[in-house]
Amino acid sequence: MTDAQDPALTTEAREYIAAIDQGTTSSRCIVFDRDGRIVSVEQKEHEQIFPKPGWVEHDAREIWANVQEVVAGALAKAEITREHVKAIGITNQRETTLLWDRTTGEPVHNAIVWQDTRTDALCRELGRNVGQDRFRRETGLPLSSYFAGPKIRWLLDNVEGLRERAERGEILFGTMDSWVIWNLTGGPDGGAHVTDVTNASRTMLMNLRTLRWEERICDSIGVPMEVLPEIRSSSEVYGHAKGGVLDGVPVASALGDQQAALFGQTCFSVGEAKSTYGTGTFLLMNTGNQAINSYAGLVTTVGYRIGDQQPVYALEGSIAITGALVQWMRDQMGLIHSAAEIETLARSVDDNGGAYFVPAFSGLFAPYWRADARGVIAGLTRYVTKAHIARAVLEATAWQTREIVDAMKKDSGVELTSLKVDGGMTSNNLLMQNISDFLDAPVVRPMVSETTCLGAAYAAGLAVGFWSNIEDLRANWRRAAEWTPEMDPAERDREYQFWLKAVQRTMGWLDEEG
Amino acid sequence: MARTIQSLERAAAVLRLLAGGERRLGLSDIASAIGLAKATTHGLLRTLQQEGFVEQDEISGKYQLGAELLRLGNSYLDVHELRARALVWTDDLARSSGESTYLGVLHQRGVLIVHHVFRPDDSRQVLEVGAMQPLHSTALGKVLAAFDPVAHNEAMDSDFAAITPLTVTDPAAFDRELEAVRARGWASDVGETWDGVASVAAPIVDRRRMPVGAVGITGAVERVLDGEAPRPRLVAAVRDCARAVSRDLGAGRF
Repeated sequence: MTDAQDPALTTEAREYIAAIDQGTTSSRCIVFDRDGRIVSVEQKEHEQIFPKPGWVEHDAREIWANVQEVVAGALAKAEITREHVKAIGITNQRETTLLWDRTTGEPVHNAIVWQDTRTDALCRELGRNVGQDRFRRETGLPLSSYFAGPKIRWLLDNVEGLRERAERGEILFGTMDSWVIWNLTGGPDGGAHVTDVTNASRTMLMNLRTLRWEERICDSIGVPMEVLPEIRSSSEVYGHAKGGVLDGVPVASALGDQQAALFGQTCFSVGEAKSTYGTGTFLLMNTGNQAINSYAGLVTTVGYRIGDQQPVYALEGSIAITGALVQWMRDQMGLIHSAAEIETLARSVDDNGGAYFVPAFSGLFAPYWRADARGVIAGLTRYVTKAHIARAVLEATAWQTREIVDAMKKDSGVELTSLKVDGGMTSNNLLMQNISDFLDAPVVRPMVSETTCLGAAYAAGLAVGFWSNIEDLRANWRRAAEWTPEMDPAERDREYQFWLKAVQRTMGWLDEEG
Repeated sequence: MARTIQSLERAAAVLRLLAGGERRLGLSDIASAIGLAKATTHGLLRTLQQEGFVEQDEISGKYQLGAELLRLGNSYLDVHELRARALVWTDDLARSSGESTYLGVLHQRGVLIVHHVFRPDDSRQVLEVGAMQPLHSTALGKVLAAFDPVAHNEAMDSDFAAITPLTVTDPAAFDRELEAVRARGWASDVGETWDGVASVAAPIVDRRRMPVGAVGITGAVERVLDGEAPRPRLVAAVRDCARAVSRDLGAGRF
């Protein structure tokens, strides 16, 4: 991650891939070299707009301005120009929904962010007598306010005259990948209105097997098909940048952020999985060319598709509260000064002292999906100290990982061989050891922690022949650390039973669901 | 040598008084509580005020504990915080050097390894976080001993055991080497801890330029050395990494 140029490189051909990560809190651009090493990084945060409780919006114009700025900044820091950039790749916050005018390029409303819950009631209504699994067989998703389809419907219902304009073909829909690509490739002046299969798989409008928009579902949700972008693969040239510092450079990949991390971690074989530990955690496992329906509370999604090759599917499980629990210990409880200190506190004792912490702060997510659950700390005695609670906090993340891995095994029949990890919490050695112990599998951290951007860069580089195949990419992957299981199996089982008992204690806390 | 300094004892008494019970006290309260003349007490308070340990309320003229004391109390750098800050830079050092990377801090009488990044080849390696290494033979230990006075005392009190035939076992020779380490800003270990293995390390400092740890690479002498000395490219990479981590900890450019 050096800003300065490595002198050894100046004599070689200076060819790079630029990756744009349009994320939830910021936009970033990272320039990578052929070894997958970071040459430069530029980042800019954008405003989080909260018009009402539960509502979250972004100003798409601000985001596009920031994207242009970070691209220019990253190129300047790397001391390169567009001639050195062989392709641009895009990765993005998933499901965030925008509608804009195709002739002026003006957004008709702020983008509705994935976290926004304004479509909760609409989703219940759309479930009719079937419930949240009404579209699961085709789309792999439960009806939830996360996904883009219901958000489009909300905009069409609530922005005056929008539905009529949409039906006349004046309005375009896109997740942030589409917005960035359309603007990069010319905007109103011939911009490519496209999305990739991974982003399209988060709209609830695409059929997972045909990889096309499902007319019946679009009808049911109330989305006119005129607004939808063309669905393309994750790795192909969608068009060339028009104007700006990247003028003429091929725009050659798009992947939702979690799928990009799967790609960046080079999880190209069936059973390979990655887990990204941030505020929350997302675990994706490659299930090959088979879209596996989940009966264990997971989501089925497209992992990636390279050009006209077969699509690769993934099972996805998310944990709402992981890093957020450590932040809670710091900010709400005041037991630690910095997030990293949780490890110091936890290591001051040898075990959890019998305490278990289930952070069901907003209900239980995968694999339980119980909105009536709330957090508990179970097993308290006078013996328990804050250090034991710190242990229980870290163990909570590790046990929740185990629950998702178990659910994946149940759905797919595939045994996890090792777990590739990234994200801020990977600096916590005790947590990584806990995860390895509880999974009874090795946990591996790669050398480049920016796996999301790397995934987008890899997909773009493949499309333009910068890398010739995925074996080239595997060769770039470097192990920075590995934790292997050290736990006694009998103890593991005993602890897991206690954890599962504690999970039971969280359920039914609220009298009514929702 | 058992003599103590009276004015320091008195200053400590003033601080203890301000730390307990009532937060703000006037000059006469303080003077009578510790049994000293007002003039003497005023002198103590003025000195403590200059150092930032005591503050005087402008309106009431009463005294309270100063911000500098709080800062002192919080200045201990958590090793896990150090690892979190160093993570990206040490990954990059391992990639650019092609060798395994270690982050060490002084712990009791040795170097505690708080972070380890594997050598970037596909060989089997074991995470060595939590291991202890000697101060007097390793590059990490020499850096700590050269820049941290506490580590220096620990090193000079050590047994100077001959771990390999190349280990420096003469305290005076070791101390001369530390002089050189201080002068050039990095240390090396050529076969002094492990046969055929060489290391290079440089100091990490915090925002007050206090040494808080050392970062370095370790590898086969054939790869790390050019003739007798470490390859300049590797030394530069190690020092770049140490500077980058120090900057992240708030140290100014140097």
